[in-house]
Amino acid sequence: MATNRLKAAGAALVSACLLAGPAAADLVFPDLSYRTGPYAANGIPFSDGYQDYMTLLNERDGGIGGVAIEVLECETGYNTEKGVECYEATKGEGALLYQPLSTGITYQLIPKATADGIPVHSMGYGRTSAKNGEVFRWVFNYPANYWDGASHAINHILAENDGDISGKKIALVYHNSAYGKEPIRTLEELSAKHGYELMLLPVDHPGQEQKSQWLQIRRQKPDNVIMWGWGVMNQVAIQEAVNIRYPMENFIGIWWSGSENDVLPAGDGADGYKALTFHNLGDDYPVYDDLQSYVVDAGKAAGAGDQLGTALYNRGMYAAMLATEAARTAQEIHGTADITPAMMRDGMEALEMTEEKMAGLGLPNFGPTFSVTCSNHGGDGLGAVAQWDAGAKEWSLISDYGPADEEVLRPLIIADSTAFAEENGITPGCN
Amino acid sequence: MLYREAGDFKTSYREDNQSFPIRFDRIAVQVALVLALLVVPFVINDYWANAVALPFLIYAIAAIGLNILVGYCGQVSLGTGGFMAVGAYATYKLMTAFPEVSIIVHVLLAGGITAGVGVLFGLPSLRIKGFYLAVATLAAQFFLVWLFNRVPWFYNNSASGQISAPERGVLGQAVTGPNAEAWVTYLFCLLFLLFCALVARNLTRGTLGRSWMAIRDMDIAAEIIGVNPLKAKLTAFAVSSFFIGISGSLFFAVYLGAVEVGEAFGINKSFLVLFMIIIGGLGRIAGSLMGAAFLVLLPVLLKNLLVGGFGWPTDLAAHLEFMIVGGLIVTFLVAEPHGLAQLWRVGKEKLRLWPFPH
Repeated sequence: MATNRLKAAGAALVSACLLAGPAAADLVFPDLSYRTGPYAANGIPFSDGYQDYMTLLNERDGGIGGVAIEVLECETGYNTEKGVECYEATKGEGALLYQPLSTGITYQLIPKATADGIPVHSMGYGRTSAKNGEVFRWVFNYPANYWDGASHAINHILAENDGDISGKKIALVYHNSAYGKEPIRTLEELSAKHGYELMLLPVDHPGQEQKSQWLQIRRQKPDNVIMWGWGVMNQVAIQEAVNIRYPMENFIGIWWSGSENDVLPAGDGADGYKALTFHNLGDDYPVYDDLQSYVVDAGKAAGAGDQLGTALYNRGMYAAMLATEAARTAQEIHGTADITPAMMRDGMEALEMTEEKMAGLGLPNFGPTFSVTCSNHGGDGLGAVAQWDAGAKEWSLISDYGPADEEVLRPLIIADSTAFAEENGITPGCN
Repeated sequence: MLYREAGDFKTSYREDNQSFPIRFDRIAVQVALVLALLVVPFVINDYWANAVALPFLIYAIAAIGLNILVGYCGQVSLGTGGFMAVGAYATYKLMTAFPEVSIIVHVLLAGGITAGVGVLFGLPSLRIKGFYLAVATLAAQFFLVWLFNRVPWFYNNSASGQISAPERGVLGQAVTGPNAEAWVTYLFCLLFLLFCALVARNLTRGTLGRSWMAIRDMDIAAEIIGVNPLKAKLTAFAVSSFFIGISGSLFFAVYLGAVEVGEAFGINKSFLVLFMIIIGGLGRIAGSLMGAAFLVLLPVLLKNLLVGGFGWPTDLAAHLEFMIVGGLIVTFLVAEPHGLAQLWRVGKEKLRLWPFPH
């Protein structure tokens, strides 16, 4: 008898486990993160911010529209092959949206996710011409992209030189990959327009060897250096710039080269280094009180829980916020709380970020307002410049959010997306 | 009791020289082939194809190629990644230049182009050997990656420097591109692996293979008995590069669909394939397959076990994975320096005697 009861209990337990396994229909957001390898210093804070914001919504509001969020973390190591494995492993779990935080993996996923009907949001990275939503139906890159970033950097240099930079020499130190090569075409176009001389200095993966590049900078003395770096390359570049005593205020990084982890190793020497950003910095926002009480104090913080308030943590949180707001929009449009990836796409395409919305989320003034439409998957492309204060160990915005040079960028985006459409037999359109 | 030669009579030279002289082996291989060709395509899904099967099949082809050069001919090469890149970029240029030609032809042509490049970089092997040759091939690795990064013609001037495979098919089924079905890509790569394995096996037991092995074992003696070192070394480079080119081509067109040369075909790839043949067994076709399986499947298995099974944090699992795979490599090599293939051979010897080993 006893064995029978035991068997029955065991069977009940097994069936309970089986039923509890696919716990109803959660909203699944895969987090293709990297906490190992040469890019981990930047991958960890972003992923922590992304997951903590999702945890906050689960703990405080019970998810989105009453449906719990499930974050599936998968380690990619910033490696394309592992990224593909992660995509294949998570897409069957009902993934609503992919944010791979890697331009290489984004290029990989654009055709795959389009064929599978799952949206991709490459926020401030990925393929720039995905801004043209008529060609890239499933890919979004709001609120800003690389070509916007290149233009912001040039605009900032223009503003510092009273609008005239003809004859100046500007160097681009870039990660020798799809990511680092993105801004070259824009910078070349802008160079034709403004008359500066562009100097290209590629740095090979992972970027620990930069002596020769910075020796060249020391010899040729460019007036400004723009950097497209990521991971360990950022720290090395900033240290090398300090070593050759390059004036830090003439050194501007893209938003991916502007985290605390990039400047801290160079100590006081990094004072005055500039980086672009498309959202605000610091932890002076009401949402941080909730994060503290619902997530950190409850012991549910992702990772070591020591990245709160850093630039990339904020960006991860911003990415999660835009994703969940798009999911909310999708729920409203379709009148159901259980959304599918296709509905998620509609929500992203109808996303509007207003001042009231951000204030309601505890993030007043956190980023510029924008709205997404079918023909514009890239938002308004506003960006600002932040400067590092090594004494106070914090970033502060030194400019307002300004627009990019759309006059130059628009034709480039049309040309690149049209070429993609022709190559892949896509008829551009909103249906 | 099952594993016996007794009663399995060979009555012709042909039978005497077959690849699997023991009946049990023959049946096992035939069953495996039937399973792989007729059953797996019906059950395979996207995950199994893209995360497990394709990388295994493609790396196995690369490992067979490198094994011909290193294992059979004794010429150490660290240029595998560069040669795979030649295969990939050749396929890309062919695919975009001649869209109407079948992808099978493109893959084979890409192998041929890589063979040519391989012969070119094999020329130094006529003068230098051992570690010095390894350094020369290392130069090939860096030169080729630099070349594909530097010259925009190779990537059709795309802004990002990436190459991406357009959709091409065989018999109306898409093989490349995002709409390719899992079973089609699987079968496509499997057939190429079988083709390469068969060709490699038959080359290595013919005149050519014997001249490679003569060069490997002692080049001066080989020359004295009439082996032409120029011909032997350069054919080894050509055949090896042909297979590596095919694997690079499939790696780009079928498996990833979009690559950039620095990341996909860096020095790490050269080391990975070299480790595969060292762990699998130098100078053994089966060793190439075992080594590829070991280094491709084990990390995926460990990840699924640690993260999916135990629910451990992903970073901890990733670090543990390095330690476990590294530890196993050391253990295997200490236990059997000639690799998994030798381990398997010793196992077979024991099986033949079992259960009466004395």
